[in-house]
Order: sequence, then C-alpha cells, then structure tokens
Amino acid sequence: MNRVMHAVAPLAPFTAAALAAALLFAAFLAAQGFEAPEALGLVVEGAFGSAFAWQNTLARAAPLMLTALCVALPARAGLVIIGGEGALALGALAAAMVPSLTAGWPALPVQLLMALAGFVAGGAWIAASAWLRHVRGINETISSLLLSYIGIALFNFLVEGVLRDPASLNKPSTPPLPEAVLIGLLPGLEVHWGLVWGVLACTAAWFLLRRTVFGFSVGVVGGNPRVALMAGLPVGTLLIAACFLGGGAAGVAGMLEVAAVHGSANASLLAGYGYAGILVSFAARHNPLGIVAGAILVGGIGASGSLLQRRLDLPDAAVLVLQGALFVALLAFETLNRKGVRRV
Amino acid sequence: MSETTDGLAFGSLALALLGGALRVSTPFLFVSLGECITEKSGRINLGLEGTLVLGAMGGYGVSLLTGSPWLGVLAAGLCGVLMGLLHGGLCSLPKVNDIAVGIALMLFGTGLAFFLGKPLIQPQAPMLPSVELGAWSDDEQIRSALRINVLLPVGLALAGLLHWAFRASRWGLALRLVGDNAAAARALGYPVVPIRIGATAAGGFLAGVGGAFLSLYYPGSWNEGLSSGQGLMAVALVIFARWNPLRCALAALLFGAAGALGPALQSQGITAGYYLFNAAPYVLTLALMAASWTPGQTLAGAPGELSFTQR
Repeated sequence: MNRVMHAVAPLAPFTAAALAAALLFAAFLAAQGFEAPEALGLVVEGAFGSAFAWQNTLARAAPLMLTALCVALPARAGLVIIGGEGALALGALAAAMVPSLTAGWPALPVQLLMALAGFVAGGAWIAASAWLRHVRGINETISSLLLSYIGIALFNFLVEGVLRDPASLNKPSTPPLPEAVLIGLLPGLEVHWGLVWGVLACTAAWFLLRRTVFGFSVGVVGGNPRVALMAGLPVGTLLIAACFLGGGAAGVAGMLEVAAVHGSANASLLAGYGYAGILVSFAARHNPLGIVAGAILVGGIGASGSLLQRRLDLPDAAVLVLQGALFVALLAFETLNRKGVRRV
Repeated sequence: MSETTDGLAFGSLALALLGGALRVSTPFLFVSLGECITEKSGRINLGLEGTLVLGAMGGYGVSLLTGSPWLGVLAAGLCGVLMGLLHGGLCSLPKVNDIAVGIALMLFGTGLAFFLGKPLIQPQAPMLPSVELGAWSDDEQIRSALRINVLLPVGLALAGLLHWAFRASRWGLALRLVGDNAAAARALGYPVVPIRIGATAAGGFLAGVGGAFLSLYYPGSWNEGLSSGQGLMAVALVIFARWNPLRCALAALLFGAAGALGPALQSQGITAGYYLFNAAPYVLTLALMAASWTPGQTLAGAPGELSFTQR
C-alpha cells in the first residue's frame, strides 16, 4: 500500500495542474466566444480519439522524447538547458550531409552514420553551453538559447547557401536523401521507427542516470557542486558529458526528422519540437521514463491542433496557448509537493 | 581613386550602423531597464521575451482599434504588467523557481500573442511618430540615420531617472535592500514579497512598451517573426551592464548597432552572409557575457539575493 502511494503521490499535483490548465484554456476560449467545452472535447478527440489520432500523436511524441532528454539529462547535473531547437537543427543538417559522402554504401551503415553525425553535432552545440558555464561561469539557460538562435541562423545560412540543392526552387533544401536510406514506418502503423528510437533512448537515459556510477556522479554534481568537488569528482567533465548526451539526443531528433519525415533538411524541420521538449521534461520532472508519457501527452496536444482549426476555426497557435497554460500550471502546482523539490 | 570610394562606402556603412543603432536599440533599452528593476529586487524574469511579443501584439491591436498609437503603447505596457504580476505571483509561492517560471512564460506569452494576433497580420495600424534630429542636413543619408523614434529619448531619460532613483530615492533604496538582503529588509519592516511582485510588474510594463516599439515603429507591423530573442538578449545585457541603468542604455546602443549590421551591409549590396550577420547580436551577447563574468566570484554590483549569478 505504501509503495503504491509512493508511486502515485507525485501524479496528484500533475493531475491537478492538467485540470487547471484545461480550465484556464477553456476560460480563455469562452472569453472570446468560442465553444469552450467542445474545444476541450476536440483536444481529447484529436489526440487520442481514434487510431488515426493516436498515430498522429505518436509520430509527434517521437522527436519530443529526444528533445526532452536535451533538458532532462543536463537537469540532472543541475543545469537548465533550453536550446534544444538549435541542436535539433544542426543535428538534422549534419545527418543530411552524410548520404552525399557515402554514395554506394548499404542503407544501415549510412543510417547509423547519419544518427552519429546528428548526435555529435547536437551534442557539441549543447556541450558548448556547459563548457561556457564551467570555464567562464556564464548562465547556461541564456547561453543555450543564444546558441540555439546562432545554430538556426547557421542552418538557414547553409541550407540557403552552399548546401542548397539547386533543384529546390521555392523551398530551399539540401539534396533529397536516396530512397534506400529513408527510415520507414512501423509495421501496420503510420508511425515511423523514430518512436522506438525515442523510447529506447529514454530507457537508456533512465538506466544511465539511475543505475550507473556516471549517473550517480552527475546527480551529485546537480545536487551540490561543492560536495562533488570535495569528493574529487571531475565536475566540468560531468557537466559537459551530461549536456553532450542531452544535445546528442536532440540532434538525433533532427536526424529522424530528416530521414523519416522530410527527406531532406529544410526550414520545415524547425517546428518547435525543441521548445515543446522543455515542457515535456518539466512535466516529467526530468525523469527519463516519465518523459515517454509526457511526450505522448504534449504530442497529443500538438496533434489536436488541426482538428481545432478545422472544426472551430481556431488559430493554429491554440495548441501553443494550451501548452503554455499547462507549463504555467505545472510550475504553480509544484508548490503543493510535500517532498522537497530539486533546484531545477 | 578606389581609396576614396572605399572611404565613402565605409562612411555610409558607419552612418547606416549609427542609424541602425538608434533605430534598433529602443526595445533593448526598454526591456533591459525593466529587467534591471526586476533583478534589483532579487528575482530574474526570463519571460520578458514572451512579454515583448505579447506587448507588440497588444499595442498593435489597440492602436488599430482606437487609432491612437499612444493608447497602443499604454496597452502594451498593461499586457506586460499582467505578465509581470503572473511571474511575480507564481514565484512568491514556496518552492517555485523564478527561472523555470520565466521559461514557461516565454512560451505562454508567445503562444497567447500568436493566437490573439492572428487577425492583426493584414491590417495597418497607425504608427508612432518620429523625431527629425537630422533636419539641419541636406544629405538624405544623414537625415534618415538621425530620424529617431519618440520612445528613444523617453527611454534614455528613464535610464537617467532610474540611475538617480536607485541611489537616492526612498523606494529605490528599499528595492535594492530587498534585492540584496531579504532578511534585513524584513527586519526593517519592508514587505519583501509585494515589493518583488511590484518590481516584476514594473519590469513587465517596460518590456511591453519595448514590444510596442517593434510593432508600432520598427519594423512596424505585427507578424509572428517580429522578435527573435531581443527580450532574452536584453536580460543578458543587464548582467553585462552590471545592473546600472546608464550602462544599460550604452549597452542597448551597442546591441542596436550589432543588430543593424545585417541590414546595413545589405543596403551596401553585401547580401552573401545575410543570416550570419543577423546572428551577430547573439554572438556579441555571448562574447560580452564571457568577458564580463568571472567564474568563482560573485559579480560586482550583483543583487545579493539573485540566485543565478552565484554558483
């Protein structure tokens, strides 16, 4: 019984926050003369109401799991990183470059190399924030978002410049990937294999943080850096490693968007998964297994957007309002948690 | 021969940069002054990026409805006050972290602005007037560089006023005391939490006004790409300016010049690295932060209660 309470208790503030966010959203819509109860119903229907809705939700959840890890892994080390969008962009770009260098190779090594390229590019970008924090003491929240803007500028510069496929006239893109290296759909579903990658990555991250010496050391650094220094832990290396792994996950999200959704790197990749991932990680209280559930929830909100647009003529930003309300409510209900909360 | 043309090109580039700095710096100025007030009270509000965008939308909408851009500026400020009250109120709850709330409000404010601003993308609202400082010159380039917006002198005057108020006025000293040592402020009978909420609301007002500048003067329309990090850069700028309003004003002009680099080069016919030059302000922000922040030490001038400047 105690164990059950222990497992369920943290969900109570979350449920309260979700209800509060739904009420806030409904009041916001009602104030503008929209049918608020119908809108809430449509969110549920558009997210989880049918097989089609579920597939749409899961397809969105896949990159969100990876971009949320970009927040959760550094959070374990006590860093608040919000630059996942830039890591995703650069990961996508690096991955999109691989096939042109590996012409004639079989598909699997190319795909693995693409994932590796995305991982390294995204990881390096976020690790830079940790490095700046450690060496110069720069606040990593601000620097990661600035680096994200710089990464997106670099992405646009290269995609519209030297890396542009001359055949992409209206929408500047990198050359399309060869058919063979595209990542396909799960058998019988309209959801690509990225979902499996996302779940595996979250499981691996959970294992790494909760069951290894590395994860324990990162947790000590996040809990109290002075204790970590006194214990002789390599604080800087751990900070940089946690951020590298997190940024790498966001970079792989970019690689998946290229290889499984868009078929090349172009501006439609930048759909805000990096920002929504921040909400996912906070909703999961930075627990990698919780992220799987959080990503499905936030992915569902995103998936309901087109239904809200079609049936009620709501702007597409309606999902951003609901996500924002959820984020605010989650933090407000943090105060009800009886257990001490991590600094992050 | 080529030297004179180079000299001319350089001169007009410098002029374009000066004009750009005067034009682009205003939102940096207002947001950084607002953030300065908030941080002096011991809290950081990272959500000013969202406030800036919401203020831009609210100001544009009200200017369109009422025909008065000044009412628009006021409405933008009030949008900022609401966001500030939300931030200040939430952070006053136990166990709620100001940085996290700021991130949430950044996303929430932008979402709200995009939602409510959908009908504002097409119509043209009345704009704020400009002041012709260059009326003495016959040169169109000089006149256009010195054509400043009315909010810039207001902001500069405000920087001076705040500088004085933080040092010499009763409420300025109370604000600093709350930000430096909450326990001491409490012992002297100052209401710490209300002062912090008030400071965050005041900061929100100024950030909202900065947003009104974006939509009602330059670039002078409402669209979803209006702000790309100006609000966040202004937060970093306050640190660089060491919480001093006058240095905030100088830093805002510097950032304005960096932001004007891309358009200025474009006007000179250099378009190759347009996206890269547009990233100049972000790079500059990072470089300045690296230069001004010494690891292992609390920054000179940092309010004592400000959590994120300490390790």
